[in-house]
Amino acid sequence: MNVLNLVHAFFGDGAHWHGYDGIPTRLAEHIGYSLEALLIAAVIGLPVGLVTGHYGRGGNALALIATAGRALPSFGLLVLMVLWIGLGLLPVMIPLVVLAVPPILVTTYEAVRTVDPSPVDAARGMGMSEARVLFRVEVPVALPLILSGLRTAAVQIISTATIAAYVGLGGLGRYIIDGLYQRDYEKVVGGAALVAGLALVTLLLFWAAARVTVSRGVRRST
Amino acid sequence: MIRIDAVTKRYDDGTVAVDRLSLEIPDHAITVLVGPSGCGKTTTLRMINRMVEPTEGSILLDGADIRQQPVNSLRRSMGYVIQNAGLFQHRTILDNIATVPRLLGWTKQKARGRAAELMARVGLDASLAKRYPYQLSGGQQQRVGVARALAADPPVLLMDEPFSAVDPVVRKGLQDELLRIQDELGKTIVFVTHDIDEAIKLGTMVAVLREGGRLAQFAPPAELLSAPADAFVEDFLGADRGIRRLSFFPSDALELATAPLVPLDADADRLAAAADAPYLLVTDADGRPLGWAEPGAPLDRDRLLDHGRPFRPGTDSLRTALDGAVLSPTGWAVAVDGDGRAVGVVSQQAVGEAIRAAHGRAGAEAKAAR
Ligand SMILES: Nc1ncnc2c1ncn2[C@@H]1O[C@H](COP(=O)(O)OP(=O)(O)OP(=O)(O)O)[C@@H](O)[C@H]1O
Ligand SMILES: [Mg+2]
Repeated sequence: MNVLNLVHAFFGDGAHWHGYDGIPTRLAEHIGYSLEALLIAAVIGLPVGLVTGHYGRGGNALALIATAGRALPSFGLLVLMVLWIGLGLLPVMIPLVVLAVPPILVTTYEAVRTVDPSPVDAARGMGMSEARVLFRVEVPVALPLILSGLRTAAVQIISTATIAAYVGLGGLGRYIIDGLYQRDYEKVVGGAALVAGLALVTLLLFWAAARVTVSRGVRRST
Repeated sequence: MIRIDAVTKRYDDGTVAVDRLSLEIPDHAITVLVGPSGCGKTTTLRMINRMVEPTEGSILLDGADIRQQPVNSLRRSMGYVIQNAGLFQHRTILDNIATVPRLLGWTKQKARGRAAELMARVGLDASLAKRYPYQLSGGQQQRVGVARALAADPPVLLMDEPFSAVDPVVRKGLQDELLRIQDELGKTIVFVTHDIDEAIKLGTMVAVLREGGRLAQFAPPAELLSAPADAFVEDFLGADRGIRRLSFFPSDALELATAPLVPLDADADRLAAAADAPYLLVTDADGRPLGWAEPGAPLDRDRLLDHGRPFRPGTDSLRTALDGAVLSPTGWAVAVDGDGRAVGVVSQQAVGEAIRAAHGRAGAEAKAAR
């Protein structure tokens, strides 16, 4: 039986569309975990990235933190967290946030740091406050890169959020783990396809967000 | 008036960029800071709007230390134009120009109205208003930079090599435009350049700086050319300063000969009357010059010698008159009025005498001034 047949069988089975283990429920759980993790990572990564990028300082420290964050295996971290704080949502959120902060932080820092210095100089020279320089001059120009950092983080979170199922939580990981345990490959492949589809939709949403928020003058000149 | 009072700037790494510089920058005039690369021009300019803080000394604006008012309100009262314009690429041209009025709290509508006025003032077509900076040429971007600096009508304008990144033809256009705008607005302008020709063309006063940020000479351009303070200034002025100095001598004292002017359809009597002239300047029915002819021969429009570039007495300088005489195949320059009609001719010798006379007068004036 090939993969396409498995996918077809999984989505064709009416039983997979209802109840606590139905696709809508699992999808909603998965989106919920992912959004929460992305939000926390953004709240940490964006301000730090913006400020360090604006002053052009702390790049080395950031690179170090980012490398460390990337080097930590998410699954290992999950096991560690469960041993340490027990079951629940928190031990799942920690590895997801650790995974997502580096791309947001590093890309935001680089995006702001590499903004052309002459408009920034002109802005200061005409009497803009530092906050205004950052938000009115640097961020609009850095926005495409900043969004790409968030996009990378979002996609990584979505694929990694499957680990929640290991510790008894829901999400699309349920299909994969349960499927493997029950040797129900239809379920495994169906779950994987859902994760991939969700990642694709996320890419599309970020593309649309960039279309709406990035100025035409920036889109065309970079 | 801006007074720079014994100002020294030492950067953190120990570089002394400006060394005990004192300058009185006159109101409603263009003061140019000129000098070789690294001599502290930008540093001096940026100390005026506190983008750089002096290590020692003080800068006074209308008698008050510039450190007495909040830095951002000081900067909003001074237009600032930099080399590559530094436009905001995410904003339209109109909104770029409206930046400072918006900072000052004007409504969007009023700020944009003002921006549209300024576009006209600096010679930008209204159709460019909705464009983004990437859609403009370098020269147009620089005009936007000037308009943006003028938007809130600041009394002071600081310009750091604003025209040095564009080609010579566009640069000349921008310089002429600046002089025209200055005629209308009378701002106090501090203009940084490393181009001595630009300094002489634009400056009411020119400050020549030497390496290490020390003042070599502060004088009006004509005086700089006639009496450089030392070998450094003389060297910096370049080889042909004698010729360039002629730009400051008016040509209205030249004695014009009118006898050699003859219309193409002149009759025999008229030609006989001009027979003593070494050459005849042949004009068309409206009096515009056509070219030179040898006296005695019949006038033939196709066999005239090119009359070279004419000059306008009173408007053009002795430099232009001399240039016309040197370029003319006969050694005579053609003088024309505002409509391009020939009003006389003048020989190289006569221009030479006028130059000697002008030097004599300038020397006497300089002596009297001392
Ligand atoms: N932030 C800084 N830190 C240390 N040294 C500096 C700094 N800015 C400028 N300098 C030094 O100060 C000196 C004067 O620099 P400045 O930029 O004022 O020169 P300039 O006359 O504008 O030169 P240019 O014509 O090349 O623009 C130079 O030796 C320069 O290297
Ligand atoms: Mg400079």
